Amino acid sequence: MTATPQPLVRAHDLAKTFDVSAPWLNRVIERKPRALLHAVDGVGFEIERGQTLALVGESGCGKSTVARLLVGLYAPTRGGFTFDGQDAHAAFQQRDARAMRRRIQMIFQDPYASLNPRWLVEDIVGEPLREHGLITGKAELKTRVGELLQSVGLSAQDMAKYPHQFSGGQRQRISIARALATEPEFLVCDEPTSALDVSVQAQVLNIMKRLQRERRLTYLFISHNLAVVRHVSDQVGVMYLGRLVELAGKHALFERPRHPYTRMLLDAIPKMHDTGRARTPVQGEVPNPLNPPPGCAFNPRCPHANERCRTERPQLRSIGGIRIACHAVEEGRI
Amino acid sequence: MKNPLARWLDSDVGYSFRTSPVAMAAAFIAAVCVFCSVFAGWVAPHNPFDLSTLELSDARLPPAWAPEGSAKYLLGTDDQGRDILSALIYGARISLVVGVASVLLSVVMGVALGLLAGFRGGWVDGVLMRLCDVVLSFPAILVALLIAGVGRAVFPNAPESLAFGVLILSIALTGWVQYARTVRGSTLVERNKEYVQAARVTGVSSLRIMRRHVLPNVMGPVLVLATIQVATAIITEATLSFLGVGAPPTSPSLGTLIRVGNDYLFSGEWWITIFPGIMLVLIALSVNLLGDWLRDALNPRLR
Amino acid sequence: MSLLEVENLVVEFPGRRGTLRALDGISFSIAPGEILGVVGESGAGKSLTGAAIIGLLEPPGRVASGEIRLEGQRIDHLPHEQMRHIRGRRIGAIFQDPLTSLNPLYTVGQQLVETIQTHLPVNAAEARRRAVALLKDTGIPAAEQRVDHYPHQFSGGMRQRVVIALALAAEPQLIVADEPTTALDVSIQAQIIQLLKSICKTRGAAVMLITHDMGVIAETCDRVAVMYAGRIAEIGPVHEVINHPAHPYTAGLMAAIPDMESERDELYQIDGAMPRLTAIPPGCAFNPRCPRGFHERCRTVRPELIPAGATRAACWLHDPASGVAA
Repeated sequence: MTATPQPLVRAHDLAKTFDVSAPWLNRVIERKPRALLHAVDGVGFEIERGQTLALVGESGCGKSTVARLLVGLYAPTRGGFTFDGQDAHAAFQQRDARAMRRRIQMIFQDPYASLNPRWLVEDIVGEPLREHGLITGKAELKTRVGELLQSVGLSAQDMAKYPHQFSGGQRQRISIARALATEPEFLVCDEPTSALDVSVQAQVLNIMKRLQRERRLTYLFISHNLAVVRHVSDQVGVMYLGRLVELAGKHALFERPRHPYTRMLLDAIPKMHDTGRARTPVQGEVPNPLNPPPGCAFNPRCPHANERCRTERPQLRSIGGIRIACHAVEEGRI
Repeated sequence: MKNPLARWLDSDVGYSFRTSPVAMAAAFIAAVCVFCSVFAGWVAPHNPFDLSTLELSDARLPPAWAPEGSAKYLLGTDDQGRDILSALIYGARISLVVGVASVLLSVVMGVALGLLAGFRGGWVDGVLMRLCDVVLSFPAILVALLIAGVGRAVFPNAPESLAFGVLILSIALTGWVQYARTVRGSTLVERNKEYVQAARVTGVSSLRIMRRHVLPNVMGPVLVLATIQVATAIITEATLSFLGVGAPPTSPSLGTLIRVGNDYLFSGEWWITIFPGIMLVLIALSVNLLGDWLRDALNPRLR
Repeated sequence: MSLLEVENLVVEFPGRRGTLRALDGISFSIAPGEILGVVGESGAGKSLTGAAIIGLLEPPGRVASGEIRLEGQRIDHLPHEQMRHIRGRRIGAIFQDPLTSLNPLYTVGQQLVETIQTHLPVNAAEARRRAVALLKDTGIPAAEQRVDHYPHQFSGGMRQRVVIALALAAEPQLIVADEPTTALDVSIQAQIIQLLKSICKTRGAAVMLITHDMGVIAETCDRVAVMYAGRIAEIGPVHEVINHPAHPYTAGLMAAIPDMESERDELYQIDGAMPRLTAIPPGCAFNPRCPRGFHERCRTVRPELIPAGATRAACWLHDPASGVAA
């Protein structure tokens, strides 16, 4: 009997807390309490090789923090994730974290800040190669950088230029080329197209999908734009105030959203072709993450909240093929 | 393919230079001073430090255009028969060397400490910034006096080079603070930028990130500060020499010359003090103006 | 009569490398109470159009030629003092970042009262009453207390409501809103869009909504102008432009937007990029990227806005003389 291949990435109870208290002296004099920000509060998911998991949510939901946890920029306060069966954070701490860092790479949101303005493109894309000692000869390095640039639709001559000579979309492609230099298996993409114009976004998303097919890449795609997410993902996770509220396959989530927050999000998106429909946007705003409501974080804005929602925090459970954290759905009320 | 000079002149900074008469004049004066200093041996008509060429009978002659002056000593002589013009040129050399060297030392110290403070944060940052505060609370001259005085006491028969070293060090020890603060501020900004995070994700060590990624991006304001500080350093050195703790009397700098001439001001021999004073003002002013222009030229918002 | 008429507006930026033409002959009009959307990608010139109308072009930018008329009166070259009176009293403005649109040192009430008293002949008590009423109308709860709060005590969405209140304070006839919802979360965006629509309808103010988000335009506007490289590519009723785009650029843009309703493997992409203002090609600016560029004229003669079905498009395809079925 062959064992089912385990998922490439498996996160379990991932949590990250930041201490944002005022300095010690201020706390003593002004009697302020310690302020802890639970940016990510117990998130778990799996990503199969070659698939894309998208994490969506609004500001303060913690999706960017999850991204940084998965590339080792932060260490988790609780929980962790395994990569190809191996405990990833233990690997990041070791002296040869290199091996792990080669396999996991990241693409950032801001095309203007993600490339060092004083470096030539050749050095920017070649840095991971040099750092990991993958290629040593100067000529081979140049050739390889040229190949990488061509694979994202730029020309090899572009390596002799500086970032400011490129447009936003082209810079984002250079970022992708840099991320692919070490031939990683897993790419974490933090809002890679949010800062780009619509037509440029289309180009970059098409490149990313093509590369995924060609190289069997696995993506974690962070975005606040649900339409883009629908286009690129296989699985979608919806986050709110540091917690996962719904985790489902793309079709299930977009066609039959169960969680009240997911429904509200989908409803809030301006529709282009069906504009006659009157909508009532949900009132209220995302509460301050320093002071989340007790119980279910969404309860102040939820039309279905009951007493249990206000006191007991719902756990992420499998219901009908999706995973959802909602008392009302569990109890069959919606 | 344009040569580098033509390309620079064509750039925004070069254009700003070409259209600023003040910057061009200042650059010209500064260039002349530097040229004279470097080639002092050829430019100066006499060697004021060669005791064998001094003629005491020629002491205290007024400048060439005054009735008792002679064409041999264009700007007159001092109380020991030294040609003022030559002394000016050699003195300017000392002033410039001390000024530039102390600024270089300040920059190296300040940038290194600023990078460290900004990048590390936490208690390292706290300690270094408190150190800056402490150093800033001392007036620069007092610190320099203290170090120079202590240096002399400890090494009474020190060779000249050591005396200069102590002088440069004493000026540098108060100048580094502004670089540290500026660089720390810029480092705090750059540290959070995504290209630094990208390098971290790749696994580049912190030291390499500081050196190769952050440093080139924080050096801009440092250049402007350094240019203006050269003028300050030159004046500080002049002050110290005037007070007697700067350049050794055997190689007088402009400050020493001013001090020496000060005694003769009221007996009517004004040229011994005034000409070194004018030279000092010219150097300091031209460097200052160049620094001002550079700051405005490099400020993207004013372009 | 139109409330706002813009005719052949040209905005230039004289620089040392020559003069940059940022807006090249823009013409459109806004009727009273209408919501016109101005959509385009970055560099198309939509924010500049708004700035030119409010009179807040950053020097050395200036209106080189053309006319801007507010209720028949020319406002493009008014002296500074007169423009100041028009700005606020007859034209209100909403900008993108609510954080920097409000002065952090004054309470919300103080800022509202200042605007009201500058433009309307009312005393302090009446001004305050109106300020509280405005806050209520823009949906801020507990308006009587919150009128004395500082901007930092409001959340992002609330702040943008205050900015809207500020724009409406002197009862202007036209509001220029430059990316008012871009910095906000999607759920707040929906609330603000609805607020803008309802409050402008009740007060009869026309709105010029500048944004890059086609979805917001679809939900809010009556008509839309699509801008490309400093020119208007297409202008018409919003449903027509979105569902039956006449200009190839508009069609490409609509096809490139990932859609919630349909699913495609690859998004349509318009190859290339918008030309830089220093390198706009002769003839039609979109021609090098146009999948339907068909005629020598596309490369040599710049098209004017011509009727194309229910909209007007700057494209030779719709010129009846060209003999091509569009």
